[in-house]
Amino acid sequence: MHNFTPYSALIGGALIGLAAALMLLLSGRIAGVSGIVGSLLRPAWGDWGWRLAFVAGLVVAPLLVQWATDKPVSINIDSNLAVLVSAGLLVGFGTSLGSGCTSGHGVCGISRLSPRSILATVVFMAAGAATVYVMRHVVG
Amino acid sequence: MRSVVIAFIAGTLFGLGLTISRMIDPAKVLGFLDVAGEWDASLALVMVAALVVMSLAYRLAAGRSAPFFAEKFQVPTRRDITSRLVGGAALFGIGWGLVGLCPGPAISGLGLGLPQLAQFVLAMLAGMAIHRFWFLRKGSH
Repeated sequence: MHNFTPYSALIGGALIGLAAALMLLLSGRIAGVSGIVGSLLRPAWGDWGWRLAFVAGLVVAPLLVQWATDKPVSINIDSNLAVLVSAGLLVGFGTSLGSGCTSGHGVCGISRLSPRSILATVVFMAAGAATVYVMRHVVG
Repeated sequence: MRSVVIAFIAGTLFGLGLTISRMIDPAKVLGFLDVAGEWDASLALVMVAALVVMSLAYRLAAGRSAPFFAEKFQVPTRRDITSRLVGGAALFGIGWGLVGLCPGPAISGLGLGLPQLAQFVLAMLAGMAIHRFWFLRKGSH
């Protein structure tokens, strides 16, 4: 596992946990990204401000890191447009149907031992691993 | 206004966590999902650290009747296992495995100027909208 980065993983994970903890303890909200974004598509006007602010914070963060370290944040994607669009549709539809993603089910749900979130996380991790297996070791 | 400031700070911390842990890079996430290849366990540690912090937060929340700056806790209470939950998670997992992007990292990287991220996020929003109109038409949710 020469790609294994345990320290940055633990620090980054703790920051994600801290972000979710602040949302819960200060605002009483779940920091589930698919839920926060998905509800922006609904016409509940009074509810938009904090959702947009959360999204703005998400977008600003890597720019802050680039500015502070003076190095570009590297993102590697080699998928073509058809795969990107298919994946985006599946992620959007799937997280709406399944009421959550990696943050909502994986972090916020599992930490309060929600049976729905534990099952959802097992299912999407297994489906993700199966898909990568097929893409890299069967088709690829 | 206070909820907006809190959400901005939390979103920024969340994005910093994704960037520092490198989960903002789909190649890193695919390394975790590729259990038959050169497996990278980093994402598991990201989850463990986040879960430890968040578990403590629930402990603190359990001792309070309301959050510090809001009227009530809005935490999901459903416990029923449904085909929508399982099917939705499976579809999400397939999409996640295709590119290595889930909603948080995809949106967090939008300011970095990669057209692929914008294409993915637009399709993701379309997927959410399709779900919404599908269930509106069926008259249920």
